[in-house]
Amino acid sequence: MFSTYPGQVIVDHPVKVPIEHRFDPYVDNGGTLLSIAGKDFCVVAADTRQSEGYSINSRYVPKSVKLSEKTVISMGGCYADCLTLTKRIQQNMEWYRHAHGKTMSTAAVAQMLSIMLYQKRFFPFYSWCILGGLDEEGKGAVYTYDPVGSYEREVCRCAGSASSLIQPFLDNQIGFKNQESERQTLALDEVLRITKDSFTSATERDIYTGDYLEIFVITSDGVQLTKMDLKKD
Amino acid sequence: MDHFPTNWGNPRSEDVDNYNTYPVASHIGKAPHSVTQIAGFGHAAGHPSTHTQQPVVTGTSVLGLKFKGGVIMAADNLASYGSLARFRDVERLHKVADFTVLGASGDMSDYQYVKHLLDTQMIREYNADDGNTLETPNIYEYLWRVMYNRRSKMNPLWNTFVLGGISQGKSFLGAIDLKGTPYQAPSIATGFGSHLAQPILRKELETRGGEENITEEDAVKILKDCMKVLFYRDARSMNKFQLAKITEQGVTISEPLSVETEWAFAEKIRGYGA
Amino acid sequence: MTSRLPQAKGGFNFDNHVRNSAMDGKGLVLPKATKTGTTIVGLIYKDGIVLGADTRATAGPIVADKNCEKIHYLAPNMYCCGAGTAADTEMTTALISSQLELHRLSTGRQARVVTAMTLLKQMLFKYQGQIGAALILGGVDVNGPHLYTIYPHGSTDKLPYVTMGSGSLAAMSVFESRFVADMEREEAITLVKDAIEAGIFNDLGSGSNVDVVVITSENVEVLRNYARPNERGVKEASYKYRPGTTRVLKSSIRDLVTKETIQPTSLEAMDTS
Repeated sequence: MFSTYPGQVIVDHPVKVPIEHRFDPYVDNGGTLLSIAGKDFCVVAADTRQSEGYSINSRYVPKSVKLSEKTVISMGGCYADCLTLTKRIQQNMEWYRHAHGKTMSTAAVAQMLSIMLYQKRFFPFYSWCILGGLDEEGKGAVYTYDPVGSYEREVCRCAGSASSLIQPFLDNQIGFKNQESERQTLALDEVLRITKDSFTSATERDIYTGDYLEIFVITSDGVQLTKMDLKKD
Repeated sequence: MDHFPTNWGNPRSEDVDNYNTYPVASHIGKAPHSVTQIAGFGHAAGHPSTHTQQPVVTGTSVLGLKFKGGVIMAADNLASYGSLARFRDVERLHKVADFTVLGASGDMSDYQYVKHLLDTQMIREYNADDGNTLETPNIYEYLWRVMYNRRSKMNPLWNTFVLGGISQGKSFLGAIDLKGTPYQAPSIATGFGSHLAQPILRKELETRGGEENITEEDAVKILKDCMKVLFYRDARSMNKFQLAKITEQGVTISEPLSVETEWAFAEKIRGYGA
Repeated sequence: MTSRLPQAKGGFNFDNHVRNSAMDGKGLVLPKATKTGTTIVGLIYKDGIVLGADTRATAGPIVADKNCEKIHYLAPNMYCCGAGTAADTEMTTALISSQLELHRLSTGRQARVVTAMTLLKQMLFKYQGQIGAALILGGVDVNGPHLYTIYPHGSTDKLPYVTMGSGSLAAMSVFESRFVADMEREEAITLVKDAIEAGIFNDLGSGSNVDVVVITSENVEVLRNYARPNERGVKEASYKYRPGTTRVLKSSIRDLVTKETIQPTSLEAMDTS
């Protein structure tokens, strides 16, 4: 029988060239965000843990920012890139207001964000963006992006470190995928329950999600923020 | 084998300088060209230099803690050259403005450059004499942009900075690393301190019920305890450090201090096993 | 069934080494072993040893087990905390536990902690760090309490208080600021609990509950889930599906009961001659 032992060199590895140490400008700061559109509301939620490797930088660094009375942006990925992008959006929205004498609509912000991301196609912002708000008709709207600007309007979306845990759950509970029962539009309180359960469950199984949860509810009355505790381990 | 638990069981990589011996041991076992390379400020192994450098003379952890009415910070006076304790009287806490202190870990030359940048900016603001002054959050934002722009040019400033201060009656404590990652928290610790001191700081904040329940005396004691733990376990640290205090009264940076240490237990330790 | 091929008698099997390294050279990504982020600690107190561990097992960023056991039984007077590759810590401690039991039976004496330590370090050194087990060994024998750390490459330490795993620095910060020699039992357990909790809350590789084992010359107390600082909250909604939620694609009903009628052919008496 053919046998060998670990020290016996049978297959020579190709000559190892020293790995060149290039500076990696990106870092994944973890965290999870989601947004769900309703008939006349939109929910945007994100945890507030910022981490690097196995360490927690801070337990409270908000990932979501209110852009207007009708729009909230939430971002995960490289926090330095996310914050830079958020500030640029806010500045552009202010210029728009000065130029046109009105606030940018959710759809306009959505289009602009796509362009801003694609402008850095070859040195991308490492950011997973979800834009939530109300459209011109007052209906809930969720826009989701990849880091280089491909975007799409959807009913619900989860992004960030626990997205692969939460998205299938949302598809089933919000989108009624794989369910024979009648598809229905959910009320705000039901959506909030599903949102909270998504995050408490993700905290159980994703090491990068936890500490606190911030939930933005966007209705025709404006934007309301609520905070709740998540587990801190 | 090294003391980083996450590396255990992985093959050793010659390309990673875990013990931070660079540049002291950079010539060992390397091709002759790396020895003669100008100053050798390329990579750990002395490979051809690229845009990015790596830290040469370094400072270790900086600590920061909020307390009722202000912020306290600590950093030791050591600047290391690889594993060599090269400079033993370096001040790593710098008063930037009347109510703002900058603490630096990482490369000391980059720190001196940033200090120069901030001082220049403060002088400009003073000369403008327009009734405005840069407060801690403004300086933090500026520092963040400097760090982020340098990382975006793939030529980072190799530091983690801690900025502490008071602005509009509110205390401020934030950190920024070489990739431009900003974060604020009631307690901050950089470098080895993020592993060894941050757990102590967070526990103190939790058991006392937040920064509002920590007095100035408590804060001094907590930071001294942390500096002692760091001196015990961080091989790049020194038992000579300074504390910076920022309150409504302004900034005070202490003279170099040291803490009592305990080594009597060593008498009882015999060998490592059989 | 017996094989015509010679069977390995024990130990590791390297049959696939050549195949795997050839495939590796061609760019196949080989499966990686589960490595656990962990906080494990141990200390010597007045009457013996206290060992502690968290209960989170991870596979990359995912929590694989929320309440696993990391303090392994070694002998009646010895326990061993394991960090590193999960399979390696479990198999290594089980193997040495077996050897210690045989040793105890053949000598008729309680095994000594130094024996276990030597067996472990010699095994780990033999495999040159390929067995990713980082251990804390604690026990009490005829010579009193003993506490060792054993690194994956086979080196050991003998100290009054030790920590290991990805949360080792968080736990060590607690020990360095609060450890004193000859503590009382309750004091010692609380310190161990606080050290593990420092790992649980500050190291993402550690989490969930605190396991504690107290070993004295008299007895051993296994305090499984000594502290549970991370109870899961109650879910806001119920996710029970109503019957009929899943679509029926096809149905076929089979009768599994086979009915047979038995007809006795004769009623002759059995021949018992």
